[in-house]
Amino acid sequence: MTPKLELEDIRKAFGTTPVLDGISLDVRAGEFVSILGPSGAGKSTLFQMLIGGIRADSGSIRCEGQPLGLEVGRFAFMPQRDALMPWRRILDNVTLGLEVQGMARKPAREKVLPLFPEFGLAGFENHYPAQLSGGMRQRAALLRTVVQERDMLLLDEPFGALDALTRSGMQRWLETMWQRYRWTALLITHDVREAVFLSDRIYVLSARPARVVRDFSVPLPRPRHAGATGLRDASAVEAAVLETLLKTETSGESNP
Amino acid sequence: MPRTLSLLARAGPAAIAIASLLFAWQFYTDLSGISPTTLPSPVRVAEQAWANRRALWDNTLPTIHATMLGFGCSLATAFVLSILLDFSQAMRRALFPLFIVSQTLPLIAIAPLVVLWFGFGLMPKVMLIALVTFFPMLVALVQGYASTEKEISMLLRSMGAGRWRRFRLARLPSAAPFFFAGLRISVTYAVVGAIFAEYAGAARGLGIYILNAKNNFRPDLVLAAVGVSATLTLLLFAATVLVQRLAMPWLRLQRVPRP
Repeated sequence: MTPKLELEDIRKAFGTTPVLDGISLDVRAGEFVSILGPSGAGKSTLFQMLIGGIRADSGSIRCEGQPLGLEVGRFAFMPQRDALMPWRRILDNVTLGLEVQGMARKPAREKVLPLFPEFGLAGFENHYPAQLSGGMRQRAALLRTVVQERDMLLLDEPFGALDALTRSGMQRWLETMWQRYRWTALLITHDVREAVFLSDRIYVLSARPARVVRDFSVPLPRPRHAGATGLRDASAVEAAVLETLLKTETSGESNP
Repeated sequence: MPRTLSLLARAGPAAIAIASLLFAWQFYTDLSGISPTTLPSPVRVAEQAWANRRALWDNTLPTIHATMLGFGCSLATAFVLSILLDFSQAMRRALFPLFIVSQTLPLIAIAPLVVLWFGFGLMPKVMLIALVTFFPMLVALVQGYASTEKEISMLLRSMGAGRWRRFRLARLPSAAPFFFAGLRISVTYAVVGAIFAEYAGAARGLGIYILNAKNNFRPDLVLAAVGVSATLTLLLFAATVLVQRLAMPWLRLQRVPRP
């Protein structure tokens, strides 16, 4: 089967500083894949290439076998902070993507409204983002992302700004939602536990310039938050991933 | 009820300050026996303002007219220029220094020249008002656009929004709080700018009224006209605050400091 997304030997330098040093990875349909790497490794640069902000110096990006051209709109992007527009009510924030696609206001609202309860946002349609808690804002941001019905979700450290407790809650909730909808998703994170908890596969990147050091598959049964055995197995995978990650960090430091 | 109370609590100190100032003024003129052609008492100013209300009002209308027109033009100019500057870095580099220079021109030298070139009609007044008021709004808008959250821009780009779309959906609303800050500064210059333009040459208006009153040794009428001008500015200021509240209901929900 052709992968949904395939990156091959992507290289990028900003000026004389190499940032991406030959990244190759693939994501298959319905798969949840994480990119895990130290901060500043160039993970966000990779996403910007996919959404058309910057171009790779060399290498190829293919979507279902076709080279990714200049067209945008294959990916639904969820940025690090929620990026909700403070001047729009939650409902209007959630329909933003549909609006940009050219959908009229009424059908756009009719499309998103039934999803509010499932995202824990029922009753908050007409609130402004400033009136919502961090977790709710993040769920609104995710709702805004998924209603675009794009081929793939790009999640850029979506829970990075939340406190630890809210973050764990959101991770569980996201896993439940993912099981229901089976979005194809690519997640950027530097949180090992988060990556193991959510992903089918994990790519570990080195420090800058980033290479793929290793990829792990996570053969744990879903739902992931069930029972002590699940926790023990997850810990084993986490330990292995963390080991790899720490090794690359130290070797990256000794590299001039 | 608590709303009116809190309004009173907020407006109270200012009212007391103004009242004490007027009271001290009255007290001084009464006690010192200073001539009313030098310093008239506030009571006398009020009396004379009332006695001359017809002439005052007739001269206030042209000033209001010029202020509205001039400020409207200024607003439109600032808005169009801000978009131009936001979309083109070359424009920004070419024009911004020019605008800064325009703000260094001494009004006292420019105003008579503008009247000389464009006559005693509305035109020179509109131009002078625009000259003194467009800059704070322009700076505020340009800075406001630049304050747009980078992630919101990236998000819109990922959704397939082009440059104009991103401007309209993100940059323009992001600039709103900045714009209103600039607007509040500009609006306080507007009436004063109009009076200054009339002072340099006009058939009617508060500026020319002040000039005539001064030449007739009537400081009480000068001060009455100043009172009218101050009232106009306060009304305009209140209008901007009201418009801001209506236009940006979300701002009052946020606890972040406003620019």
